[in-house]
Amino acid sequence: MSSNHKRLSMGGRIDREQPVEFTFDGRSLIGYRGDTLASALLANGVTLVGRSFKYHRPRGIFSAGPEEPNALVTLATAGKREPNLPATTLELADGIVAESQNRWPSLAFDVQSVSGLFAPFLSAGFYYKTFMGPTRRAWMFYEHFIRKAAGLGRAGSDPDPDRYDISQAFADVAIVGGGPAGLSAARAAAAAGARVALIEQDFLLGGQLLAEPSDSAAAAWLRQAEAELESSETVTLMKRTTAFGIYDGNVIGLVEQRDPTNPQLAGEARQTFTMLRARSIVFATGAIERPMVFSNNDRPGVMLASAARTYLNRFAVLPGKKIIVATTNDSAWRAVFDLADAGADVTVADLRAAPPAALAAEAARLGVVVRAGTHIVDLRGGHAVRRATLNGPDGQSEASCDLVCVSGGWSPTVHLTSHLGVKPQYHDDIGGFVPGAFPADRFGAGSMMGNYSTAGAIEDGHRAGTEAASFCGKSAPAPTPSKLDLGETATALLFEIPSVGRGKAFVDFQMDVTTGDVELAHREGYESVEHLKRYTTLGMGTDQGKTSNFAALASMATLRNATIPETGATTFRPPYTAVALGALAGRAIGHHFKPIRRTPMDGWHMANGAEMLEVGLWMRPYFYRQSGLDVNEAYVAEMRSVRQAAGLMDISTLGKIDVQGPDAAIFLDRIYANGFAKLPVGRARYGVMLRDDGIVFDDGTTTRLAENRFFMTTSTAKAADVLSRLEFLLDTAWPDLRVAVTSVSDEWAAMSVAGPKSRAILSAAFPALDVSDAALAHMGLLESEWQGRALRILRLSYSGERAYEIYVGATAGEQLWTHLLEAGRPFDLKPYGVEALGALRVEKGHVAGPEIDGRTTLDDLGLGRMAGKRTGFVGDVLRRRPAFQAPDRQRLVGLECIEEGKRLRGGAILFLPDEKPYGHGHGRVTSVTFSPERGHYVGLALLAGDVASEGSEVVAVYPMKAETVRARIVSPVFLDSQGERLHG
Amino acid sequence: MLRIECPCCGLRDHDEFRYGGDASVMRPAHDDPDPQAWYRYVYIRANPAGLHREFWQHVIGCRQWLVVERDTRNHAIASVELARQLSARKSPARKPPA
Repeated sequence: MSSNHKRLSMGGRIDREQPVEFTFDGRSLIGYRGDTLASALLANGVTLVGRSFKYHRPRGIFSAGPEEPNALVTLATAGKREPNLPATTLELADGIVAESQNRWPSLAFDVQSVSGLFAPFLSAGFYYKTFMGPTRRAWMFYEHFIRKAAGLGRAGSDPDPDRYDISQAFADVAIVGGGPAGLSAARAAAAAGARVALIEQDFLLGGQLLAEPSDSAAAAWLRQAEAELESSETVTLMKRTTAFGIYDGNVIGLVEQRDPTNPQLAGEARQTFTMLRARSIVFATGAIERPMVFSNNDRPGVMLASAARTYLNRFAVLPGKKIIVATTNDSAWRAVFDLADAGADVTVADLRAAPPAALAAEAARLGVVVRAGTHIVDLRGGHAVRRATLNGPDGQSEASCDLVCVSGGWSPTVHLTSHLGVKPQYHDDIGGFVPGAFPADRFGAGSMMGNYSTAGAIEDGHRAGTEAASFCGKSAPAPTPSKLDLGETATALLFEIPSVGRGKAFVDFQMDVTTGDVELAHREGYESVEHLKRYTTLGMGTDQGKTSNFAALASMATLRNATIPETGATTFRPPYTAVALGALAGRAIGHHFKPIRRTPMDGWHMANGAEMLEVGLWMRPYFYRQSGLDVNEAYVAEMRSVRQAAGLMDISTLGKIDVQGPDAAIFLDRIYANGFAKLPVGRARYGVMLRDDGIVFDDGTTTRLAENRFFMTTSTAKAADVLSRLEFLLDTAWPDLRVAVTSVSDEWAAMSVAGPKSRAILSAAFPALDVSDAALAHMGLLESEWQGRALRILRLSYSGERAYEIYVGATAGEQLWTHLLEAGRPFDLKPYGVEALGALRVEKGHVAGPEIDGRTTLDDLGLGRMAGKRTGFVGDVLRRRPAFQAPDRQRLVGLECIEEGKRLRGGAILFLPDEKPYGHGHGRVTSVTFSPERGHYVGLALLAGDVASEGSEVVAVYPMKAETVRARIVSPVFLDSQGERLHG
Repeated sequence: MLRIECPCCGLRDHDEFRYGGDASVMRPAHDDPDPQAWYRYVYIRANPAGLHREFWQHVIGCRQWLVVERDTRNHAIASVELARQLSARKSPARKPPA
């Protein structure tokens, strides 16, 4: 057959001058600019486009919009597969390579469909019964086959080669939907003076007006409205943009498709995710036509009546020559007349006993056969419909056909309005759900409010646009809307499911849910719509049941002998249509996923063999690569150099907070468990903060720079939390304290020189400064300048060695770092990384993050003496509660490995030697290191107080590596318990 | 997403803010020795369906702690005030400690 043999020679909104080449299942086909993939397939006579989810039944194109349940395809191009895309919304562009889904070996011949092998297993509740019931074991056997059989398209496994963007947008009035109501609302709101964003998922504005002939009055109205909006400076037209969700604060989630027909956009983001913040929203989302339920109503060649009209008038495709239109209402008759006018042989089967006389008269004029009180019972035809069985007043009869158009009335598109909890309410007069009461900043217009006539929608849109603008304080007088009356008759849109034949009658095409499944759910007690949904998987497909919801509800209502409002509606949740995860991620992928923080000395580390480690957002030197040493050898070598000579460590990541004000000392006295009021100027003190519940929050040192000024450091991990906490207490608890806190973390580069030769190195590096013990005692401060930048030297030790923390203006950090290394060269000064830093503090018994884990108290960590009998500090009262004093409370102990050649591991569980190692044990190892001083592994642990007697043995079990090792409980200070090395 | 009208910075997205818990509980005086008072402050929460007073800090902004009245049923925000002003009003002109 020739290409485009179903295309009409005239009309439509396609550009016959611009042919577009595409591929479907390996076949090269031609469409035109302005086509969707679906319309181009129909024009080429392709009716079979996919296989269904469970039963692998042949399926065709059912709709002309985002509600499409059947015609889902995979776009496959080099290195990329995107599955489950509705062919009805894919704008045709050169080079599209589409594949049908869920078929093997081919679309036309599918093994599973022929054998029906799995059908008995796949009835409603299959998964529930298999998992919950006595057949559970059977699942193990069937899972492999069922997983292979079920599921639609297959995603690619390579990284997505496309780019995505995220943008932020703002508007006074956002209007969702570019049909007659939305266009009218946009004109009114813009005329009132509001900034308007008009959102339309299609690549053309117009909505249902696009189903009108391209030379009609409707088309003229549309051209005028579009021209007016395009020329308005306050209106942003967002075509190819789907509003997929409405969120708090009137934030609308949008995904915009790049115009695939514009080659100049080829390198741009494929999709853009926009968060649009609107002061008010007008919903003009239209309505979706309902299918009719009869046996084999899923056959290729069954199509919504409005879709057939859209394919005819918008795309100039006549999808059938011998057409049966089955309807319950007037709206489908518009398709009847247009299809007959285009030359098709049309029969109307109207369920109503007496369709309106005016319609019948027009039908007679066009030679359409009208069969009143008649419905379709069954259909035959495999890959395309061939014959229908009709049931009418004169009994059953057969009729041949090549297209069946159905209309079970319309359902207002209330998905988006439901997202923020506006419950749909059933309205008898339109036989459907419309949104309930809106809050003051949201409005609805047109057929989504049940206002089905075009004239009514335009009027309604004008009102909603005016009110939405007025909500934003924009109420310049707007001209009356230009009218358009298409003369639709508004009749009640009844929905019922008449008798069906023996074959499956589907309510949800995508999820393969039949009336039989609904009956089964009802029989087994799953009557509530929310249960029905989960039991049958109704509405859970990528189409979210846009066409199926109402039929299922009506079916259940009939079974329960209840009304539709009594049966209720399920909750709609975002997204309205499927959203690519790539669009939500935007450019925040790979190493852009989160920000990376680098210290001022980062460049030096990278250039000098540092293995870097991610610590939160920070990049820190893990260890420095030396010839042939692995991390375990390297950190021990770095420890040795600190203990025997000196080491240089980048500690710029510490949180640094400037605390100032007349009440600063009182403030610190309250937030630290140990006292700070009497700290002399020029001295530093180690401090521990608690939370209100008595658990340790963070530790660090604070130095008194002047009477009313302090310099606080926090742990790297808690820097932001501590600052926020201090601000909280000042803002909410103690507004009377005259104190200001400011983060200065990024203003200072910080480095620590530790080891017995550290003072000599400082003397060499700062010859003008007196760094003698008399001038700079342990816990002392020296303030000066270096190279014109502020310099602070604090004599503090974390490693247990004599050590100095040196702070300098951040921009001079790397310069001072290299200067110190240079000055320290004669003294064997070596840089060391966080692994050695951690090991040094474990050897010295200092607690850190693994011990201060949000569960431990001062007493647990052996720091109870710091608070002593003080009161009046944060956490003071609840830290003394009885539960924290229980004898089996886990407390800090030291462990040393007593098995030759074995090691301790952080996270190991501690048991008594004669115990079966089962359960949570009596505690756990928190930090470990090889101790060069001791010659074996040592560690810190939290161990129940009632079994922790120093000198006794425990067994450390590490199930991840099936390791068991004996250890002795010792003091957590493994080195220099008298602290003499601080002064060495 | 929630949009919070910061008294200093104007209407901003909630991801500029940090949530800080229930603002309706009264913090005992810092030297209150009563464990029950601290227990109630730390652990007892009303969890209302309706208006809820809660702390938010404008961390990526003015860094002020705010008291936000939010309806837990629909996230509608009824009021936003600076916590410092509210707490200063509650304990008026207490002389700073010597």
